[in-house]
Amino acid sequence: MRNLNRRTQVVILTAFMTIILIAVFSFGLLIPDDAVVGSFLSAKQPPSLAHPFGTDALGRDLFLRTLKGMAVSMTVGTAASMISAVIAVFVGIAAATGSKCVDALINWFIDVVMGVPHTILVILISFALGRGLKGLLVGIAATHWCSLARLIRGEVLQLRSQQYVAVSRKLGKSGGWILVHHLLPHLVPQFVVGLILLFPHAILHEASVSFLGFGLPPEQPAIGIILSESMRYIQTGMWWSAVLPGLTLVLIVLLVDKLGDNLRMIMDPYSAQD
Amino acid sequence: MKQKDETILEIHDLSVSFRMYDHGLEQTDLQVISDLYLTVYPGEIVAVAGSSGSGKSLLASAILGILPGNATVHGHLHYKGQELTQERQEQLRGTDIALVPQSVAFLDPLMKVGAQADGHRKPLPTDKRKSIFKRLGLPDKTEQLYPFQLSGGMARRALVSTALLTDAKLVIADEPTPGMSLEQALEALRMFREMADDGKAVILITHDLDLAFEFTDRVAVFYAGTTVETALASDFKKGPDALRHPYSQALWRALPQNGFQPVCGFQPYAGALPKGCLYAPRCPYKTAQCMDAVPPVREIRGGEVRCYYGA
Amino acid sequence: MKRTTRRLIHIFATYGIRIITLLLAVSVITFVLVSVSPIDPVRQYIMGLGTAVSPEQRTQIEEYWGVNEPLVERYVGWMSELVKGNMGESAIYRRPVADIIGERFVNSLALMLCAWVLSGVIGFFIGCVMGMYQDRLPDKILKKVCYIISSIPTFWLGLVFLLVFSVWLKWFPIGFSGPIGVLDKDITVWEKLHHLILPAFTLAFMSFANIALHTRQKLVDVLNSEYVLFARARGERKWTILRRHGLRNILLPALTLQFASFAELFGGSVMAENVFSYPGLGSAAAAAGLNSDVPLLLGVTLFSALFVAIGNMIANLLYGIIDPQIQEVGG
Repeated sequence: MRNLNRRTQVVILTAFMTIILIAVFSFGLLIPDDAVVGSFLSAKQPPSLAHPFGTDALGRDLFLRTLKGMAVSMTVGTAASMISAVIAVFVGIAAATGSKCVDALINWFIDVVMGVPHTILVILISFALGRGLKGLLVGIAATHWCSLARLIRGEVLQLRSQQYVAVSRKLGKSGGWILVHHLLPHLVPQFVVGLILLFPHAILHEASVSFLGFGLPPEQPAIGIILSESMRYIQTGMWWSAVLPGLTLVLIVLLVDKLGDNLRMIMDPYSAQD
Repeated sequence: MKQKDETILEIHDLSVSFRMYDHGLEQTDLQVISDLYLTVYPGEIVAVAGSSGSGKSLLASAILGILPGNATVHGHLHYKGQELTQERQEQLRGTDIALVPQSVAFLDPLMKVGAQADGHRKPLPTDKRKSIFKRLGLPDKTEQLYPFQLSGGMARRALVSTALLTDAKLVIADEPTPGMSLEQALEALRMFREMADDGKAVILITHDLDLAFEFTDRVAVFYAGTTVETALASDFKKGPDALRHPYSQALWRALPQNGFQPVCGFQPYAGALPKGCLYAPRCPYKTAQCMDAVPPVREIRGGEVRCYYGA
Repeated sequence: MKRTTRRLIHIFATYGIRIITLLLAVSVITFVLVSVSPIDPVRQYIMGLGTAVSPEQRTQIEEYWGVNEPLVERYVGWMSELVKGNMGESAIYRRPVADIIGERFVNSLALMLCAWVLSGVIGFFIGCVMGMYQDRLPDKILKKVCYIISSIPTFWLGLVFLLVFSVWLKWFPIGFSGPIGVLDKDITVWEKLHHLILPAFTLAFMSFANIALHTRQKLVDVLNSEYVLFARARGERKWTILRRHGLRNILLPALTLQFASFAELFGGSVMAENVFSYPGLGSAAAAAGLNSDVPLLLGVTLFSALFVAIGNMIANLLYGIIDPQIQEVGG
């Protein structure tokens, strides 16, 4: 009975968090562009009821801009972590099922990718693709798959050594059959949890790279761009434009992180006990 | 040899259980030691014998108060007539009560053996340690080695040396001899004997019955976390008729020199213990009474037995 | 003794080869990436000159850059210059890339070293506290703090620090490694330090959570070990156990992790340097990327890979040299 209660609690909490995230996301998407056009009359106002996060130097409402920016960041984050997770699955399975040579080559390649600081690699990729959204997406996707790939490789290697897989092989089942019937069912939870845990990293990286000026064009209200603009006015005492959007970002990241943990607990109660 | 009035250690009705988490979040209590009794007098070596899983090593942890946090202890533990509270255990361990643990895993892998034998107390007993190492046949360079560089026998001797270095009145040695050569084992046991002759006491935990009745004064036979019989070591030499409990008799018959007859059945697992006598399911003499209630401890011919029919 | 020397030579040769192949791979990938870029470095270079350029001059510059040669030839050309120590000339600073990297690396090194030591010491200390109070209140609170910190972006923390300590409290300057308008040689060590503290704290703050959580886990493992059980059986108290067995067994893994985290350290310093306008390699990298300074971008990337590789090598060696068990097996 207690067991059920704890589990139900976690499920309800998880659903609640998902709803918040979806609400922030869709609200951000639905804000029309002209809602964040400001006037100089209302520039540099501290937080008030009319503008909960205050306004920026151009008089734009920072609350709406932040929400809009969050939606943009979440879109980029979702897309990038999905691409990353898919790469990880393919690379991980290839390393585990391929020949020794393939495995060594993949491991070496992962070493190479991890051997360059992520920020530098994202800057490079963004430069290679002519900056903008495409460079940002590819850059973040290309730098986040490594550890998940290693995890999946280890998982597949472990599964392959299981008795029932050996029996299937003896019975003459093909590699593809084993993959679909024995490996994938175990990998799907790994994949989902891995994907969700990648997501906060992707958002944080997106914000960082946009902050440096490599991501989205300055017209886009991405969270990194809002914060980078705020830096220019930091000496004038406009604390709200730096603190509040950043705080929102941190809260969303924490929420997603917790969501990933909870999902792991729901899917695999044993692994989640520290 | 026995001085009835003065005991070093007195244990009765001791039970130890562990709180476990089943299926992630469900909580159950697992009883691993139940209604255990044991009395140790100064000047004697008492063997605690039993197969693995009979709770021998846990008894050592319970006496020293080093059971894991999820363990609960009930019953009476007395050291020199005084109750062994957690506080007293903390005072006594390492000074009055010493443990000789089972394996090399009980040595810090990154600390040299000499420093580990010396321990943390000042002043360091370095000279005494050197002479004990010598007696145990540990070469001089041993003190400079790391535990992983020791052979099994060397590790056991180093562990024995830690207890010999203290002025403990009670030494609990958990399987101290496996891995040693015959001479080394005999030397170690001789040193325990000397301690006992000095008025100290030694509890020798072992699954080796031969060793138990050759070198000790009394033998306590453990089964499924309880004491089924305590007998003089000489009773074991006399044969099954001198023993009081069917399990002790079966163990005697299982020895190679006595016919090598295996004991049928299995020791019950903690968590699936029978209601009455713990040995009843395997006992050839069991009656309805045995299945119903745990038999009380009775004194027979200078030994104690937990059986309705022991004679 | 001879055996040890041979072993060391063997180890260094192995790592030398590993690092060289790694750097070669990084150089190829980097070179290909900057070459496929639609951004025309020649145009950027000319724009940077700020003067009108005749078509002849333009051809000259193109030839100098070798933009019309095939990729492989350009790579070989760049590589052979690199081996000679010539990393080309930076388009934004108009100076040899090697000089810029050398100069800025000193600044970055000061920043990263401070942050590295600070985060290591704080993280190790907090990890020990968490481990000793496992699952009790101090552990629970600190664990939450660590998880929250790892969800904060470095640059935002830097912004908040800047706001609080520089703008409001005026304890620290806003940016740059020395006062603006003062010549480099006139800047005193104290002034440099004054400008270093805030970015170093930001960077350290971001990286101690990792080492703290790792140390906690290791300490919990040690405290659950049989040798600690025996130590307790011999009368050692909690803090004696930490001193005698805990530190001995967790220090090395912690130090190894610190060395293995050079990539995160460098990445973090890129962010911190940009927030605090600190003239190190990280701000040079961002500037190079934004202003299409290809030679500088290539140089910084390669240098950062070398930096990370050296950290990883030290981490591996540490395990081999200090841990007596591995030493024996290796010998």
